[in-house]
Amino acid sequence: MSGWISNFMNHPATYLKAGWVQISVSNLIVILLMLTVFALAIFIPFPNEDSGKGKK
Amino acid sequence: MWTARARESWQKNLPIEKLIPDTQPAYVVSWIYVFGVLTIAALSVIIISGLALAFAGPAWYHTSDFGHWVNSLHFWSVQLFFAFMVIHLWGKFWMAAWRGGRMKTWISGAVVFVLSIATGFTGYLIQTNFDSQWIAYEAKDGFNSAGIGAFFNVTNLGQMLLLHVAFLPAVLGLLTLIHVLMVRKRGVVPPIDANSSNTEASR
Repeated sequence: MSGWISNFMNHPATYLKAGWVQISVSNLIVILLMLTVFALAIFIPFPNEDSGKGKK
Repeated sequence: MWTARARESWQKNLPIEKLIPDTQPAYVVSWIYVFGVLTIAALSVIIISGLALAFAGPAWYHTSDFGHWVNSLHFWSVQLFFAFMVIHLWGKFWMAAWRGGRMKTWISGAVVFVLSIATGFTGYLIQTNFDSQWIAYEAKDGFNSAGIGAFFNVTNLGQMLLLHVAFLPAVLGLLTLIHVLMVRKRGVVPPIDANSSNTEASR
């Protein structure tokens, strides 16, 4: 690895702690992204939602 | 004749119209219903890239640019596979997808989830780098304390390699197929408040 990726990744992960709960920032970001995608999947309407109803 | 009984049972439980449908209920027109097939799509990329890695071998994927790319493709498709599968799991959990005689479908999905973790874990163990060494030597104490380290030895590279490339993918593929066939048999689970007006067929 070279350049900014090396500088960005070549150190131990940063951890957040709250009592007995401990999570790395990278894992927290992934979980938040997944929750965001889950929420978007529920609330964003599917394309052509109405045009297909009741048709075969 | 057992073949006739098997055919009649298949035709009764899973006729071709259910197996390859051309319509779905209207409530399926939602992004949350897409994540099951996204999981299968990611699994397909995992299997195809994994086959390439298995046939070409580490002398190729550890040393050439294209080999590194396929190795990365295998790794990142696993990350997407798990993300899609967990979102699929959340969606099905909150719509209580075990309703309407779908308990076995739910259980088979849960078993596939656990087996996927085992498959991913053995994959991390066969990277043959410091990461895999670290994971193996951290994990061995856990497995030894659980009393299964003798026959599931995470520091045994040959055992982990064969589990990862042969046994676990075969079982995972078979159970995924059974899971999908169960979904086809019962149909996609309706939302909890679905009524007859939004369960009509839609392409």
